[in-house]
Amino acid sequence: MSHPRLNLQQILILAFVSISTPLGDACLKRGMALLPPISLAHPLSLIAAVFTPWIALGIALLIGYFASYLTALSWADLTFVMPATAMGYVFMTLLAHFWLHEAVSWQRWLGVALITAGAGYVTHGPANTTPPVNFADAIEAAHDVHAAQGVAAEQEAQ
Amino acid sequence: MIDPALFWKATAMIAAVVITSSAGEVLTAAAMKSIGDLDEIRAHSGMKGAVRAVVTCPFFVIGIFFMAVAFFSLLFALNHMNLSLVGPAAASLTLVTNTIAAKIFLKEKVDRRRWTAAVLVCMGVYFLAH
Repeated sequence: MSHPRLNLQQILILAFVSISTPLGDACLKRGMALLPPISLAHPLSLIAAVFTPWIALGIALLIGYFASYLTALSWADLTFVMPATAMGYVFMTLLAHFWLHEAVSWQRWLGVALITAGAGYVTHGPANTTPPVNFADAIEAAHDVHAAQGVAAEQEAQ
Repeated sequence: MIDPALFWKATAMIAAVVITSSAGEVLTAAAMKSIGDLDEIRAHSGMKGAVRAVVTCPFFVIGIFFMAVAFFSLLFALNHMNLSLVGPAAASLTLVTNTIAAKIFLKEKVDRRRWTAAVLVCMGVYFLAH
């Protein structure tokens, strides 16, 4: 059985799902680090934090992540999207090392290699193994049923 | 020697995160499968039509509810245990339970390739956390 390959737009959506979470989290971390400590006694200061540039950017990226994730699930299996988008952990480690200048141990680099291998392996297989829902087909099928019912009724009348 | 009461408490908290998280993700995936290709819907009915199709799907609403429960379960677990234990345990086990649930409930064809990928990512997440 042959499976259609992902088109460029679908590859870009999977890539965005992967990079938007670590980028969003890094923006939130950077934004929160710039603010003074927030206590539960002053919860309104948390709302004010939402409007600071880094945190607003982080929230926008996480909203974009969720929209892209849902889009990916509409044309690919969950068991395909999960490992394929696990590259986010890899980007998170790269961001931590190169942007936030955190030390990355060899165990974490091994983790990065394993995730990359898993993501690369699954994306060489089919994205969808369940019958796709197609509205045009569904409408056509409904017309066919309607037409068949009409023919049956005509035959009964004759 | 680990205190058995503490062990079972930690197991229950991690299990709550994993089960609610899996339920949320599988229900959301079921919703998106029942709706169809969002790119096609957006091309046909515009962005408003696509958003309406998603938010009016009952599976999506229940899925979001479970995701919210999973988030608060995670916060509760983090309040009692270290992130270095809860984070990788929840992320790795959710991958495995999602794969099993997708095979049973979503009828996805989980072949050797997908199991291998899930296990590789699981191990990768474990090493990333150490």
